[in-house]
Amino acid sequence: MAEATTVTEPAAAGATVTEPTGAFSPPTRFAVPGRIAVSDRAAALWQTATLTEIRRETPTVATFRFAVPGWAGHLPGQHLMLRLTAGDGYTAQRHYSLASPPDDTGHIELTLDHVEGGEVSGWFHTEARPGDEVAVRGPLSGFFAWPGDRPALLIGAGSGVVPLMSMIRHHRARGLDVPLRLLVSARGPEELVYAAEYGAETTAVFTRRAPEGVPVGRLSAALVAPLVAERPPGGWEAYVCGSNAFAEHASRLLVEAGQPVDRIRIERFG
Amino acid sequence: MNVTRGFTGRPRVLDPGLPPGQYDAGDDWPVLSAEVTPDLTPADWTFRIDGLVAEPRTWDWDEAHALPASVYEGDIHCVTGWSKFGVRFGGVSLDAFLDVVRPGASATHAVAYSHSGYTTNLPLADLTGGRAWIAWEYDGKPLPAEHGGPARLLVPHLYFWKSAKWIAGLRLLDHDEPGFWERNGYHARGNPWEEQRYSGD
Ligand SMILES: Cc1cc2nc3c(=O)[nH]c(=O)nc-3n(C[C@H](O)[C@H](O)[C@H](O)COP(=O)(O)OP(=O)(O)OC[C@H]3O[C@@H](n4cnc5c(N)ncnc54)[C@H](O)[C@@H]3O)c2cc1C
Repeated sequence: MAEATTVTEPAAAGATVTEPTGAFSPPTRFAVPGRIAVSDRAAALWQTATLTEIRRETPTVATFRFAVPGWAGHLPGQHLMLRLTAGDGYTAQRHYSLASPPDDTGHIELTLDHVEGGEVSGWFHTEARPGDEVAVRGPLSGFFAWPGDRPALLIGAGSGVVPLMSMIRHHRARGLDVPLRLLVSARGPEELVYAAEYGAETTAVFTRRAPEGVPVGRLSAALVAPLVAERPPGGWEAYVCGSNAFAEHASRLLVEAGQPVDRIRIERFG
Repeated sequence: MNVTRGFTGRPRVLDPGLPPGQYDAGDDWPVLSAEVTPDLTPADWTFRIDGLVAEPRTWDWDEAHALPASVYEGDIHCVTGWSKFGVRFGGVSLDAFLDVVRPGASATHAVAYSHSGYTTNLPLADLTGGRAWIAWEYDGKPLPAEHGGPARLLVPHLYFWKSAKWIAGLRLLDHDEPGFWERNGYHARGNPWEEQRYSGD
């Protein structure tokens, strides 16, 4: 049974960092606790987000910066719901991870892959320009959030690296010294999102084409096991994000390397 | 209404089977679980109902299969936006299990829990009357592990996070107690026709 613990991390405004407790705990092998209590008010409210800037990351991925003056603040790893509305009232809504770290600029950033035939990502990549307005609600879900309190082992592929980059940026912005590592998988160097931003914490894996001197290959036990074995004080909290196939593969490697299942958080982009 | 400049969206489909804000995922069946897919065989699987019942009981795989078979054919709706039409699940109606344990008069809600530790809360009324199943077949084949196999709860008239994968049990209560996603900001009931996605909806 979980103790009532309150992590007093100077987190983003609006996000209360408490581990939700008091609820029924099933008598089963593991239960991954939520990391934060989320604000129902922020999650319920649709707000206008005004596009202020578009930055290209790779040939198919771009970052979109928005002004959201009433943004309640978020923690790295959280996502929001975004809605586009057509002239006849038709709407399309999708989830997007927050790429920017918590800050008080009144701005947030999302990084979107251009999905072939995609309704929402297609609009962003072919139509959107600064000044455009969309609707957002959030932040949502405390489960994948990382308040910056525990050592974090991050594994992502493709646009799955977006919520993990928010964690890395938060770690840097706050000058945190809690251990943080990222394993990021991309098809080739030109498809690696945020390539210029990675530092010593990151190892990139290339599955189709690699730069000179770097082997081509899938994320493997040879990369995951030594990181898991480092076991910093308090143990790793593992965050896995990407397609379902990637999430299954990466989480299996973590389990095989001895990472406890109740310390693995997975976000699947479908 | 704030119209998004330049957004027209896909051609409109007038589909009375599609709840508000949902789209037809066609042949796709996205996987959305936040935990590691458990390594669970039918021999390891058990299903228990306890709490406010006359006779708590645990079924193993063979005992559960001895109950009358029942099929759900229809649609499922995920809170992330996709719906899937004309799916076919095979298993046993939850009514058959509940008839054995006999819920007490004070039982109003249930917490469903998984072998993975996942939990979700439901009003008891959503689990009775032929509207909920323990399902182990999909499309005539064993339910794949990533979709909750060997067996999952199936409550197709609510958003699919209520249909707990790797179902291990139900505890009947006289009050509502939020489960995993419900504690993470999701709606207590999750009716897709009323678009009850997040608490506050
Ligand atoms: C928690 C979470 C966080 C996420 N974070 C990010 C992120 O940070 N960055 C990111 O890029 N993505 C993210 N995603 C994925 C994102 O939500 C969208 O799924 C993605 O952008 C695709 O949406 P879309 O509207 O562009 O494509 P969709 O229109 O949804 O299409 C997706 C695919 O399905 C096909 N399709 C779907 N419906 C139809 C239809 N009716 N008719 C024809 N074809 C159809 C399309 O052709 C396409 O191949 C996240 C998802 C989740 C669940």
